[in-house]
Amino acid sequence: MTAIAQIRRNDQPIYLDYQATTPLDPRVLEAMMPYFTYKFGNPGSRSHSYGWEAEEGVEKARGQVAKLIGADEKEVIFTSGATESNNLAIKGVAEFYKDRRNHIVTTVTEHKCVLDTCRHLEQQGFDVTYLPVQKNGLVDLEQLRAAVTDKTVLVSIMAVNNEIGVIQPLAEIGAICREKGAFFHTDAAQAAGKIALDVEAMNIDLMSISGHKIYGPKGIGALYVRRRPRVRLVAMIVGGGQERGFRSGTLPTPLCVGLGEAAEICSNEMAAEAERLTKLRDRMLKGLNAKLPEIYVNGDLDRRIPGNLNISFAHVEGESLMMGIKNLSVSSGSACTSASLEPSYVLRALGVEEEMAHTSLRIGLGRFTTEHEVDTAVDELAHQVTKLRAMSPLWEMSQEGIDIKSIEWAAH
Amino acid sequence: MAYSEKLIDHYENPRNIGSLDKGAEDVGTGLVGAPACGDVMKLQIKVGADGLIEDAKFKTFGCGSAIASSSLVTEWVKGKTIDEAETIKNTDIAKHLALPPVKIHCSVLAEDAIKAAIADYRAKASKKDEPQAAE
Amino acid sequence: MSAAFTYLDHNATSPLRPAAFDAMVEVLKAGGNPSSVHRTGRRARATVDAARRQVAALVGALPAEVVFTSGGTEANNLALAGLRSRRVIVSAVEHDSVRLANADAETAPVDGNGVIDLAALERLLAASAEPALVSVMFANNETGVLQPIAEVVRLARAAGALVHCDAVQGAGRARVDLHGLGVDCLSLSAHKLGGPSGVGALIVRGGVPLSPDRRGGGQEINRRAGTENVAGIAGFGVAAEVASDGLDVGAQRDQLETSLMEIAMDARIFGAGAPRICNTTCVSMPGVKAETQVMALDLAGVGVSAGAACSSGKVQRSSVLAAMGVPPAEAETAIRISLGWNTRAADIERLIAAWRDLYIRVARSDIDHARAA
Repeated sequence: MTAIAQIRRNDQPIYLDYQATTPLDPRVLEAMMPYFTYKFGNPGSRSHSYGWEAEEGVEKARGQVAKLIGADEKEVIFTSGATESNNLAIKGVAEFYKDRRNHIVTTVTEHKCVLDTCRHLEQQGFDVTYLPVQKNGLVDLEQLRAAVTDKTVLVSIMAVNNEIGVIQPLAEIGAICREKGAFFHTDAAQAAGKIALDVEAMNIDLMSISGHKIYGPKGIGALYVRRRPRVRLVAMIVGGGQERGFRSGTLPTPLCVGLGEAAEICSNEMAAEAERLTKLRDRMLKGLNAKLPEIYVNGDLDRRIPGNLNISFAHVEGESLMMGIKNLSVSSGSACTSASLEPSYVLRALGVEEEMAHTSLRIGLGRFTTEHEVDTAVDELAHQVTKLRAMSPLWEMSQEGIDIKSIEWAAH
Repeated sequence: MAYSEKLIDHYENPRNIGSLDKGAEDVGTGLVGAPACGDVMKLQIKVGADGLIEDAKFKTFGCGSAIASSSLVTEWVKGKTIDEAETIKNTDIAKHLALPPVKIHCSVLAEDAIKAAIADYRAKASKKDEPQAAE
Repeated sequence: MSAAFTYLDHNATSPLRPAAFDAMVEVLKAGGNPSSVHRTGRRARATVDAARRQVAALVGALPAEVVFTSGGTEANNLALAGLRSRRVIVSAVEHDSVRLANADAETAPVDGNGVIDLAALERLLAASAEPALVSVMFANNETGVLQPIAEVVRLARAAGALVHCDAVQGAGRARVDLHGLGVDCLSLSAHKLGGPSGVGALIVRGGVPLSPDRRGGGQEINRRAGTENVAGIAGFGVAAEVASDGLDVGAQRDQLETSLMEIAMDARIFGAGAPRICNTTCVSMPGVKAETQVMALDLAGVGVSAGAACSSGKVQRSSVLAAMGVPPAEAETAIRISLGWNTRAADIERLIAAWRDLYIRVARSDIDHARAA
């Protein structure tokens, strides 16, 4: 825990937004440093020792990423991040096999970059099935089985949801895909390094990984592409032919090394970290429940990564709550869309009422979260929620026993 | 997303939070917005015998800008006649609080809330007058 | 590795500027996702915005015209796909990330110096009424030869075509001005100008519509999805600001070329008849394979390159020299020497000495062979 002092200065708010991005682990930064300075070569330069040294760093990192997910290092491609990995996996596979199969199955709670890519493919003439999720946020396996046909080329289902942290039944999904002959892609940006992943046991054919969600740097990610049986892709970025032609562009050595080191640390510490975070999360939830009535956790609490809570604070609007908890950095939705005023589509997909969706916060705990921070956060949240409820007309009505649904609200 | 000092002051130290007796004849109540849209404002005015608004209270479910907008208008309407209060424009509120463009709807809602409270007060007043007019 | 190693391969990658490094370390420690609304996120957003202004200033653009990408290759791919022209014309000496980005692209030939044949370009433009996209690089990565971009723009405009310019090797080394050149978009790479690898930009002139090539969170005003590489972008910004510092290497390069030609009268400097950027020399050592030269120079403590670095170790004939009409046997003996911000006079002397040693050794062995035969 000595690392914590290096992470947060005293004048900074308490960071509880680990699903948006994670701070760089100081050990990762240390591993990257030489590659910014004296080991600065281009890993594509085969003619001098600068290039060889850089290549060595990149290949070691590739192995470290592979180890984290039970893959072979030859199956790992470096990309600029999970958004690119998701785009490449889905478009690349769809494009390559389009003459044989043209159907894709995904879910309505995927990350925006998966949904937007699927919509784009629909415009290109592909069929896409968007499966609903159950109230707990998990996909219904029978529905999935029914949706996958002999025309289905790809099933893309995220491993862990970015807003509610629920873990999809990956092994079961993988088994269905294998049985039906469809490829299984999973967006593991929020899962890698948080839960055990094994591409063999889970029959995963493609997996997207993000550097900055696992205490590595931003601007780097990876895509796992199975070699046996081989999955083929049409490349999105062409040029120098790096990454076996799947992804051209000079490899950013320090970023690759950072992702590798981050993966290595996760491999070694994941189990202990999960245990610690589970305790912290339980402490937070217990603390909030003791101080506040009418709060509701969105999404399955058991099948969930330890570092996530998504809570609706009834009758208190999320943005005003965020403005009040000045000393805490949390999110009122996923970061990519947080500038928009729409309530979360993920919560809506779970059947959370719109008015309830407006009252939710995503609280992300992580490697550098301390017990003291959790306690401070509980106090600050409880104080602000109580203050805002005192000025909420909806809270007043509910205390008076008026059913808010009985009122005819003007839609606007 | 930087908010103005005035906005933050109204959010952190909201003026005139609370409720007036909505059954009272001299109280007008406006309830606007919708929970599903993420903002609901309840604004109440109490009108004195001299026709001046002698008290105003609000409760708001909504973002910081919505809270600040409603807090501001309760300050503004106090001491005004209802006719004067009716002339408050959302643009005045938006300008005073330097609302960012995505938050302009909060000032619109605050204007609606005053208008609704005034309408409610007038409706009550005319009902009170009706029996006398019938005689 | 010896600290005294001489690195003369700046066109492959230029070492990170210390100022950029310092800025990046600060940002890496600070963290934050620029899309987050809270303070940590807003600070990251401010970092990105400051760098956007610095990069814009480097090429005379407005901050809103800068789209950050993962590098020059992505910027080139994005330009060629995103401008949505059905017809694409590229010069014969473009980088692979331009040449291969559109399978149906037509090729405009170059002359013996590697300069685009403007008359041929004009004919290509006139051959179809379909509005085209013309992509011509600012400076060549292997020879340093500068292209007549203003002329290209004039011809393209007359034909209603858009112009993309891959300025990856030009920016920072020569004056590159978006509006002065009149191009519609420019590609930049941070690590070629002393910034970090893994970040670049496509500069898109205001009003030119660009369709994104990837979908997602709507970053970069919907032009390029994906969480911003904040630290990389910060390093790019600082490097852009100091890009031309210490790059006054033209005289050193000319001195180097004079010396090499004195050593080997039959050596040839490719593209020497055309204007070139100040840091690049592409030179042949007759009878000695480039790979041999590169290895011998590496052993002597000097890093140079046998061609473009991105070919991932593939030993391949240079398509640039081929397009210039250089015979394969001669092209195989060409190496690229590229100077940069940390190049000192002693580095040039070391290269000349090593090159001379090699040349004498090989020339002598040739004579021995001749005697034996």
